[in-house]
Amino acid sequence: MAYLDHAATTPMLPEAVRELTTQLAHTGNASSLHSAGRRARRTVEEARERLAAALGARPSEIVFTGGGTEADNLAVKGLYWSRRAADPRRRVVLASPVEHHAVLDAVHWLADHEGAEIEWLPVDEVGRVHPEALREAAERGPERIALATVMWANNEIGTIMPVLELAEVAAEFGFPLHSDAVQAIGQTEVDFDGSGLASMAVTGHKIGGPYGVGALVLGREHTPEPLLHGGGQERDVRSGTLDVPAAAAFAVAAELAAERRRDFAAQVGALRDELIAAVLAAVPDAVLGGDPNPAGRLPANAHFAFPGCEGDSLLLLLDAQGIQASTGSACTAGVAQPSHVVLATGADPELARGTLRFSLGHTSTAEDVAALAAAVGPAVERARSAGLS
Amino acid sequence: MSGGVDSAVAAARAVEAGHDVTGVHLALSANPQSFRTGARGCCTIEDSRDARRAADVIGIPFYCWDMAERFRADVVDDFVEEYRAGRTPNPCLRCNEKIKFAALLDKALALGFDAVCTGHYATVVTTAEGRRELHRASDAAKDQSYVLGVLDDRQLAHALFPLGDTTTTKDEIRAEAERRGLAVARKPDSHDICFIADGDTQGFLAKHLGTAEGDILDEDGRTVGTHQGAYGFTVGQRKGLRIGHPAPDGKPRYVLDISPVDNTVTVGPKEALDVVALTAIRPRWCGEPPTGPDSYTAQLRAHGEETPVTAEVVDGELRVEFAEPVRGVAPGQAVVLYQGTRVVGSATISTTRRRERVTG
Repeated sequence: MAYLDHAATTPMLPEAVRELTTQLAHTGNASSLHSAGRRARRTVEEARERLAAALGARPSEIVFTGGGTEADNLAVKGLYWSRRAADPRRRVVLASPVEHHAVLDAVHWLADHEGAEIEWLPVDEVGRVHPEALREAAERGPERIALATVMWANNEIGTIMPVLELAEVAAEFGFPLHSDAVQAIGQTEVDFDGSGLASMAVTGHKIGGPYGVGALVLGREHTPEPLLHGGGQERDVRSGTLDVPAAAAFAVAAELAAERRRDFAAQVGALRDELIAAVLAAVPDAVLGGDPNPAGRLPANAHFAFPGCEGDSLLLLLDAQGIQASTGSACTAGVAQPSHVVLATGADPELARGTLRFSLGHTSTAEDVAALAAAVGPAVERARSAGLS
Repeated sequence: MSGGVDSAVAAARAVEAGHDVTGVHLALSANPQSFRTGARGCCTIEDSRDARRAADVIGIPFYCWDMAERFRADVVDDFVEEYRAGRTPNPCLRCNEKIKFAALLDKALALGFDAVCTGHYATVVTTAEGRRELHRASDAAKDQSYVLGVLDDRQLAHALFPLGDTTTTKDEIRAEAERRGLAVARKPDSHDICFIADGDTQGFLAKHLGTAEGDILDEDGRTVGTHQGAYGFTVGQRKGLRIGHPAPDGKPRYVLDISPVDNTVTVGPKEALDVVALTAIRPRWCGEPPTGPDSYTAQLRAHGEETPVTAEVVDGELRVEFAEPVRGVAPGQAVVLYQGTRVVGSATISTTRRRERVTG
């Protein structure tokens, strides 16, 4: 078995498993005043401090959520609502067209139900938003802008965005910039307080933590309208009893990911370069997606378009050989469709149907790459004969 | 795997028989956009989930293949055009011929699979010479060989029907699904045309063909009523004619003819429906085509009775003479010929001959 889909989810680190299972044995609601509650609260607050340190944020800037999707929704919808409430002219959401669906669909929902106007920020052929593009959009009327949202690194093609420069533009014009950093943490340097961002979404299970826990890193001056109303936990922005074991295990994973980031990036980057070379050797007309410059993409990401293939067919054939990769996006019904990310980069729609992402992680080995190298050529040949249906 | 109980059990039996099985759900929605964009109100999403869940329980890979465009072009558009021409098509045969055992089979073969396995109740027999023959299912009440009568030798060579070759009733299939832990065990059967989700065929046709008022005539050409579109009728239909006054003889009247050219519907007594012969086009044979006139039995609709006939092929057309007159035969329907339990072939009815006159 070669698991080449770490960007979907990666195995939990043993340290995180240990922390999670240890904490699961304890009882205590972090909002309770008695000793069990105090113990739980202490665990959560320590987790908050460790997570904050790992992300270059202050502990008070961590809002625990049920994962990356919730964090993105809270930022995009919550900031839109609060900014519009403060000034009804603010209806424009600036967004990159390569965002994850957690952002993209939230933005579409605001347009469909809340009177938001979406202005798409142009991306180049590697899917990158340039600061000038944000500046141009801002200059068209900064007073109309509710917020802007540009991911830190793309989940499909791995392109890293110039987040710091983008945040400078946002600060200059006085609107908040949110960034989905779910794929970025642990792979590229992420320092929230140095970034100038208003908010940033992160999640546990992409860095060796548990599923179902994430955080919105939220600057103190921002108060998004909550999605969830209730007991007033997490600065009154995210109500709900805190998941103490998950928060603690997430913090352990984030701490290790930050600690190991440089070594991990170097090792996994070298393996990724091998993978790219092996695929291009087996399938010379495969087209590498995303930034060809390794400095511009996530070290664990490789992405290809295979001309004449249905991505779905390739997935099936590789899966049958024990190699697990991912096409772009699949809807609930499971029908593969051309990736919106690949299409946004201006790729030929036919080419966009035959894309696969291979993503590496902390358990990846040279054997995984060798298995792919052996299987990918025949799989592409066979998928081509099945054609585009 | 449609998401129903039959295909789930068929898949499980194929695995048990030692095959390397991959589950495929066909996305055939007439509105591919709603299917592709997911969970927002498309009925087939639930079926796809049921199919996926069954595949997970059986322990096989599962994929959803988008064949909506092929399906629309080959099945739905054909269905509408046939009605426009005053005929009564069976889209299930068309789907088996053009989608399940053509588009799907071709893709499967290209990807390295050997066969398409479905939950149809029919039997494939391999003869001593290695030929593949299609036979009725062991349980005549569940037999679906009629809708598979369009399959030719090559298609049959790559077909697997694990439900057909055992004497299994539907209740037993449900019990088997239950035993296997398949949650679809109690899911109701689907009977309707899959791309008309609400079962309102008339509404579907009205949407695609519009309405056009025309006359309802009796056998002598007198106007006895009006209708909103000739395609809304089927030869042999009695209900829904809404003719105000009764026939002179007081007997009920039936649709005898549909003429899309002048948008008229002709009605008459039951006896006038008696068909003694028919011709049918686009014959497809499971094995050798018949040579001279020969005796067969014929089936004219899904779950219809079989009736003795003499049939021969003349100039590529199938000519069928009935031993006894039959009723409710409409152009567009498929006639499937049998020799014993073996399916000989099928063709699409183009004209019928009644006792007195030729219509078409």
